[in-house]
Amino acid sequence: MALKAKNINDETKWQDLTEGLQIYESATSRSFYTGEWRTQTPVLDFEKCRQCLLCVPYCPDSCIPVYEGKREEFDLNHCKGCGICEAACPFDAISMKQGK
Amino acid sequence: MGIKNRMSGNEAVAHAISQIDPDVMPAFPITPSTEIPQFVSNMISAGKIHTEFIPVESEHSAMSAAMGSEAAGARTITATSSCGLALMWEVLYVAASSRLPIAMCVVNRGLTGPLNINAEHSDSMGARDSGWIQIYAENNQEVYDNMLQAYRIAEHKDVRLPIMICQDGFITSHALCNIELIEDDKARAFAGTYEPEHYLLKEGETMAMGPYATSPYGMEAKRAQVQGMMNAKQVILDVAKEYEKISGRSYGFFESYKLEDAEYAVVIIGSAAGTAKDAVDALRSQGKKVGILKVRVFRPFPGEEMAEALKGVKAVAIMDRAESYSGNGGPLGAELMAAMYRAGNEAVAVNIVYGLSGRDITVEDFEGVYGRLERIADGSEKPEFYSYLGLRE
Repeated sequence: MALKAKNINDETKWQDLTEGLQIYESATSRSFYTGEWRTQTPVLDFEKCRQCLLCVPYCPDSCIPVYEGKREEFDLNHCKGCGICEAACPFDAISMKQGK
Repeated sequence: MGIKNRMSGNEAVAHAISQIDPDVMPAFPITPSTEIPQFVSNMISAGKIHTEFIPVESEHSAMSAAMGSEAAGARTITATSSCGLALMWEVLYVAASSRLPIAMCVVNRGLTGPLNINAEHSDSMGARDSGWIQIYAENNQEVYDNMLQAYRIAEHKDVRLPIMICQDGFITSHALCNIELIEDDKARAFAGTYEPEHYLLKEGETMAMGPYATSPYGMEAKRAQVQGMMNAKQVILDVAKEYEKISGRSYGFFESYKLEDAEYAVVIIGSAAGTAKDAVDALRSQGKKVGILKVRVFRPFPGEEMAEALKGVKAVAIMDRAESYSGNGGPLGAELMAAMYRAGNEAVAVNIVYGLSGRDITVEDFEGVYGRLERIADGSEKPEFYSYLGLRE
């Protein structure tokens, strides 16, 4: 029985890895925190935000969750801090701060 | 019992492919392997086999397409030589680490440069560390037999690695020889069909292949991969045993020719072993105790078994049809000497480079090698551990 991705970690022995490191399930990127690479972090000023949602499709990492027609806080577990949202925002509601 | 025929090595291997009837063949022509995809294409257009042929724009693409189709769940074949194999280099390693049991007919030809199209093992020897199984043939019969066994080895659940079926360019690939073929129905039944547990086009399969391996995973992945190569040893022997039942021909990791009581041995790969056998027969009739160890399986490397087979010899010449440019000898020499050292085998072993760029090697050349071994063993000649045979100097 192939190991589930969530059960594979840096304690897993070579004998227990899947053949060719194949993954037999989908959406496993959720458990891979690419946000750890970030050197800059987007900060949203909710006062200035008009909920135009333009930042959402611009985000290359799908890190801006939308619930009932409104954007929520950034998914910082996956945001790599590229700053595209800051450039895309027409209302200067997003700014980049140094560090995580 | 068998069908008598006469064929070139390329025809023989193409005939085996037609009997296997693989699903996909992506290939790009290069001398001297070009005939293989050509013969297969002819059989496809004649409606004899169902293989889908993909004419690609390069060997890098051929191997990439082979990976794609194999990953999709299709049994895949390709063929190449020399620089074509070199252009596949990057993808060879990925095919192996992705555990895709692709089969590839390698018609051995020297790597450029200098530019040359003749028999030499530098192409597949250069790919010896790419994670592929490598099986070599002395003649047309052997390359046919090896091809029929290829998928059974590569696809075995304990192995799951790609495999190269090698033969010497022109000498084997283009020269006609008598051959005994297996009947189509028996050959097809032996080759069976590809039944992978996981593949990309499997209904309901959710699967990702070839993920990035960060440092906490890459080392474990490689160790797991080499286990497949180690497991291949038993599988190669088992498949050979089963093949013997339908063919009457027996195969192992290597052929021992009059080696049992030999005091002087030559270790060699490929077509030149046939020439060496004539020299051994001539010398045996003069009472000389000489023999040959002809390597069939180079990957996995059967070092322990070869060292054991060479246990009783006084001196051995390990012959390489490839130059490593290490300044220290060829690949077979280096690996077999290491294996003999581990086994505590104290025979004097010399490494001889021969036949580069298609240079002929004769019966007299081999008689000369055995003479040298005899003189080395009795102390009348100082061993030269790394030398060239048939070189003007």
